[in-house]
Amino acid sequence: MSEPLAHSSVSDKRSRTGGVRTFPSPTASPARRRASTEALAAWTLAGPAVFFLFVLFFLPGIGVFVIALTDWQFGARSLSFVGFANFGEVFADAGFRASLVNTITYVLIIVPGTVVLGLLIALLIESGRSLRAFYRAIHFLPFMATLTAMAVAWEALLHPTIGLVNLTLVAIGLPTANWLGDENTALPVLAVIGIWQNLGYAMVLFLAGLKSIPQDLYDAADVDGADIWLDRLRTVTLPMLGPVSMFVVIVVAVRAFESFDTVKVLTQGGPGHASEALLYTLYRESFEYLHAGYGAAIAVVFLAIVVTLTLVQARVVDRKVHYQ
Amino acid sequence: MASLFIDSIRKNYGPTSVLRGVSLSIADGEFLTLLGPSGCGKSTLLRILAGLEVQDAGSISIGGRTVDELRPKRRDVAMVFQSYALYPHMTVASNMALPLRMRRLSAIQRLPLLGRLLPGTARIAAEVDIEVTRTANSLGIGHLLARKPVQLSGGQRQRVAVARAMVRHPAVFLMDEPLSNLDAKLRVQMRAEIKELHQRLGCTFVYVTHDQAEAMTLSDRVAVMLDGQLLQVAAPQDIYADPADRRVAEFIGSPKINMLDCVVRERGSIDVAGSTLAIDAEVLPGVPLTLGIRPEALHPADHGGQGALTGSVLSIEHMGSDLFVHLDLAGVDDPLIVRLPADRASHIAPGQTLHVGVRPDRVLLFGRDGQRLRREVESGRASVTPIREIAR
Amino acid sequence: MSGSNSTVRLAPAAAILRHTVLLVSGALVLVPFVWMVSLSLKPPGEIFRASFSFWPAEFHGVENYTNALTEAPLPRYMANGLIVCALILVLQILICVPCAYALAKLRFPGRDLLFGMVLVGLLLPHQVLSLPLFILGYQLGILNTYAALVFPYVVSPFGIFLFRQFFKTIPDDVVHAARLDGLSELAIVWKIMLPIALPALIAFSIFSVVGHWNDLFWPLIAVRDQSLMPPPLGIMAFKNEEAGSDYGTLMAASTLVVAPLLIAFLAAQKWFLEGMTGGAVK
Repeated sequence: MSEPLAHSSVSDKRSRTGGVRTFPSPTASPARRRASTEALAAWTLAGPAVFFLFVLFFLPGIGVFVIALTDWQFGARSLSFVGFANFGEVFADAGFRASLVNTITYVLIIVPGTVVLGLLIALLIESGRSLRAFYRAIHFLPFMATLTAMAVAWEALLHPTIGLVNLTLVAIGLPTANWLGDENTALPVLAVIGIWQNLGYAMVLFLAGLKSIPQDLYDAADVDGADIWLDRLRTVTLPMLGPVSMFVVIVVAVRAFESFDTVKVLTQGGPGHASEALLYTLYRESFEYLHAGYGAAIAVVFLAIVVTLTLVQARVVDRKVHYQ
Repeated sequence: MASLFIDSIRKNYGPTSVLRGVSLSIADGEFLTLLGPSGCGKSTLLRILAGLEVQDAGSISIGGRTVDELRPKRRDVAMVFQSYALYPHMTVASNMALPLRMRRLSAIQRLPLLGRLLPGTARIAAEVDIEVTRTANSLGIGHLLARKPVQLSGGQRQRVAVARAMVRHPAVFLMDEPLSNLDAKLRVQMRAEIKELHQRLGCTFVYVTHDQAEAMTLSDRVAVMLDGQLLQVAAPQDIYADPADRRVAEFIGSPKINMLDCVVRERGSIDVAGSTLAIDAEVLPGVPLTLGIRPEALHPADHGGQGALTGSVLSIEHMGSDLFVHLDLAGVDDPLIVRLPADRASHIAPGQTLHVGVRPDRVLLFGRDGQRLRREVESGRASVTPIREIAR
Repeated sequence: MSGSNSTVRLAPAAAILRHTVLLVSGALVLVPFVWMVSLSLKPPGEIFRASFSFWPAEFHGVENYTNALTEAPLPRYMANGLIVCALILVLQILICVPCAYALAKLRFPGRDLLFGMVLVGLLLPHQVLSLPLFILGYQLGILNTYAALVFPYVVSPFGIFLFRQFFKTIPDDVVHAARLDGLSELAIVWKIMLPIALPALIAFSIFSVVGHWNDLFWPLIAVRDQSLMPPPLGIMAFKNEEAGSDYGTLMAASTLVVAPLLIAFLAAQKWFLEGMTGGAVK
């Protein structure tokens, strides 16, 4: 029934665009000609990106591994391959081991702190309707703010004599501390700043996860009798947030592994090695002490950790697909 | 088992009125379908019955008990959702057990780990398991109990959704377009299963759909809804043959009923599309009306003029056993659609002039307000409505 | 028709609890910002007298902010940040968008390999590459220039990925129609695809600018001259120079560095949330 209509509309369109276009008559196989022009166009369009991906990602990626196998120092005219000696040295170095342990401790504080608080705030925001955007914006602010500048503000807050934190503690009669100068507190304090910064990010991801839970499931739970808050949370909300939560855990863990700014600005890894984190060690060995080979070995270790985490995350994304 | 009484339900979303005073009573054990186009308010009404939404005015009672203040859990209703709404992280067995566990186990008994240690928990859980298995077997999904919803086909998910609703023996089943996510073939099969289920359980079903075939085949009564109002509540054959409202007549039936403007000439005859038909309208001459005539109530005639319509054939659609002939009538915008048995219409070709006779007993007259004008149909010529055809 | 009202009708007590908790946690989150602004308005003497009051007894804001703008030299840092972010963004778009189009809409041998390269690039944390990139910059003789700040970022695997995902959702027929209308492939990229992908473009731009405005790691390696420093590095340099003696000015400088992004965020919350998390959610 719609056949004649369809025909007339097509011919209308043709007459409007000035008739059927005639293609040059192909000499060889037209399909192959088309395919090769398309391939040419594609490689031309992708060319610059391919070139820069190669020069800025792949060569350096390989370069890091190569340098890690040498004893090269910046400025040195010669180098020799030393096999895995750098890695041996890295793991034998108490400083590096401290840095690795610090980083893992740091991650182990930041991840649960950020995920639990982010989830709680997201649940609270989503549980009502008023002021949603306002609360979301406030809690997300730290994630947007330049961390270097905010580290300066945190330093003022944590100042042993004139900082707000100690002033408050004195006012309510609690003992104070030299937060950034004490080797027992420096790392936890940096972790708290990390939580403060990433909390909003986790919250926003959880909010997106909460939004994507079908209303039908809550309705079904209602009819099935799971109608009080805790039952709904257990029957629908938390299980449905499972995949998102795993994702948030990994993303926050990677971000925690990569933290650098606060260490550089606030403690320079000190006191002693108390707050030294992997990326800071990498930076200092490579660019302050100019131990290129040693620094590259740290980079490789760092890469291995981050890639492992990211691959775990890829598996999690698979599971997320499975759920639906 | 329960009857259902809906009294002047109103519901607004902001300025838009979704339900404008709907009243309906449904008998115990009846299968009632709410039929209407999307956005007519039928799903909202169902959700209000379930207690998932609260009406702005009006009252609902189930089994003689007013339920307006009750949470869904306390209303003794079960619901099958369009999306099935199965919990994706739970097995079929856990999905089905949830409504029972929520009712029979206390909050403490439902605690993870600890709850299992409390007295009584194990016994109740075992009972729940037995009932789940029994229900699953009765629906032929016993072998699926250990699977998760993602591992099921569409038809299997649909059955699980029904099973979850069935397992606690609700007084009223509410179904919100439960077949719309299935392909055409499966839909016909599941339709039969739902009908069979209703006969077996004997409890009250309220079924929401936009599909007239579903409504016609399943229901004891169909409630046609439009713009938040019930237009007609009647048995399927009456909805088709005896619509109370022009909009009902137009919504039901495929192809659509032909609607022609007409004027009463004198008592017993009506002018329509250049012809005069012998129909008694019981209105004063000169009054404009709308004449509705279903495509199958028209038949080829030898000549035009009195009692017949004449037009030129625009196109012919072959449907296998039947053909739909589109006729262009002088002075009428929409083509007149005539349904003819294929073997009686082989000579018809586009461009040709065709006379079609009208069966006066099948003519439906509507006033300008859309209300049906009832006439006395001569008893000897009462029509037989081919329900089967429209329920294709 | 969404019946979500049944989920969010809270009892008054629950609603009060919700607001209380969120206001308290919100206030705690804001403390560093508030303290920073407060100190930026106070004279040194008052800062060292250490009081709780937010508002200074003696308003010293004008002096602090003037100092930040003249001594720090903050306008220079901010201009550097602006130049670097803009250069990076423009180059990223110029390079990534055509590649993303090819990956999404064209068939060619090596496409899967190329996409694999992009995914591997996505996996590599940039800091790991800093050492070879530093050597590359040295060999090219561009260290300690704007070019040094920009070159590692001219191609963004994330950008290619994001645009490819978006282009995939555009029907092929749009491309076919454009070809019939006589557009070249390059014209299709810029005149048809990019305008349709405006949401992705905005999200990516925000992601890119926020990331590079806030970055400290690479600038620390790439430039030494104060005149080339982007804001984070500038703040750090200024802090080290002053050795904490001029808190008011330091806080004023920090406030000025943080302010542009925060104001932009508050003005266009929806876009920023999309830009900062859009990639993650996909």
